[in-house]
Amino acid sequence: MKMSKEVSESELKVSKIKEGTVIDHIKAGTALIVLEMLGITGLEGTVATLSMNVPSKRQEKKDIVKIEDRFLERTEINQIALISPNATINEIKDFKVVNKFDVELPEEVSGFPKCINPKCITNAREPSMQTYYVKSIEPLKIRCKYCNTDMERNDVIKQLTKFQGLTQ
Amino acid sequence: MTKKSFLGKSIVSIRDLTKEDLDIILEEAERMESIINSGKRPLEGKIMAALFLEPSTRTRLSFEAAMHRLGGAVITVSDPKSSSAAKGESLSDTIRTIANYCDIIAMRHPMEGSARLAAEFSSIPIINGGSGAEEHPTQALLDLYTLKKELKKVEGKRIAMVGDLKYGRTVHSLAYTLSKFKKVKIDFVSPPSLRIGEEIKSDLRDAGNEFTEGESLMEIVPTADAIYMTRIQKERFAQESEYAKVKDAFVLNKKLLEKAKGPIPILHPLPRINEIAYDVDDTVHAVYFRQMFNGVIVRMALLNLILGGKV
Repeated sequence: MKMSKEVSESELKVSKIKEGTVIDHIKAGTALIVLEMLGITGLEGTVATLSMNVPSKRQEKKDIVKIEDRFLERTEINQIALISPNATINEIKDFKVVNKFDVELPEEVSGFPKCINPKCITNAREPSMQTYYVKSIEPLKIRCKYCNTDMERNDVIKQLTKFQGLTQ
Repeated sequence: MTKKSFLGKSIVSIRDLTKEDLDIILEEAERMESIINSGKRPLEGKIMAALFLEPSTRTRLSFEAAMHRLGGAVITVSDPKSSSAAKGESLSDTIRTIANYCDIIAMRHPMEGSARLAAEFSSIPIINGGSGAEEHPTQALLDLYTLKKELKKVEGKRIAMVGDLKYGRTVHSLAYTLSKFKKVKIDFVSPPSLRIGEEIKSDLRDAGNEFTEGESLMEIVPTADAIYMTRIQKERFAQESEYAKVKDAFVLNKKLLEKAKGPIPILHPLPRINEIAYDVDDTVHAVYFRQMFNGVIVRMALLNLILGGKV
């Protein structure tokens, strides 16, 4: 697959990774949140590079995260989509982008986050997975399939990370 | 949905039902009026479990009466303390167990979304008799059936909803249900702190229904085709003085009803405290006790549609 000019010439040159994932076009200022969501703290020894608030053609500013030796699962990609719906994922093998795609929020997301309604049955000890209907992407609004409670982006961020939400 | 497509279906939320579904249920309910004392037993041999894990008198008795009227049998768990749930069993396990004993489950559970979860795990249909603070579909259906019966048709009518519009789940479900009927206009009357939520208003806007919001019961009585009263609960107010201020401002009495345009029906999901004066009870307006009878009729209709009783 052909690399996009933007990725190949500017960012990848700085610190090319041999194998792993480049998450591009992350909503400016949220790269740390994305890293934490993926469970990357640095202590586990992952090689990761992070650029924040760099100029972008598509959006005014963006963040970029490069992670060596790690490919993302569908659920992880969905999580990123909840935080940064315009992010793109570049899968790198042998220094080449072998797969590139936009994160995409499906109509229904399952398995996370926890419903913020303490009286929701999904917060009881039951074998069912949390499931939400995506009502709006920007601003984010997801509705619990079980109790109909609406959640916003900050509700998601607060749960998935130690960050207490975005101010903007 | 056609009548046949109700076979084996669960009724979890009023939001799952289309206008066509509502029409089928109303029509079946009308048929049930003639069945109730006919001695016909369309559900003979069928068993309904009443799994009420939260206290309820009216809803449980009404479901049980409905099943008996159709010739079916009832097994019941009425005291949550004596159930396996009290021993810590999950709802999904309880449901999968009880599904072996009966053909349909009518349930009430304190947690929101519980009926949807139950329906997912159940091999037999579930009817939601109240899950948490949000969903109580059979109440909305019996309210709708009562309005239809009293007004002949719901379309084009002006209906006032009075009292606790913020927390009253019956108001939310009924307003949503009415949004499926053309040209229904709703007048919401409540203390400022108990106004109807944005979500319901946007449902009404989306459906193209008109509505007003106000605080004066006196103003809406002359224009209303029906009035739906609800209880204002003391515990909704931070201070007792605040409650005292509003509780008497939303009381409907015989004198006030003299301003009505005719023998308009007054509905109430009951129990009432003082919001409908006793002097209304023996007027033509007092529909609220008949409304409870309709609860049996509507639940009979659902049971019969879902279990495929032939009448």
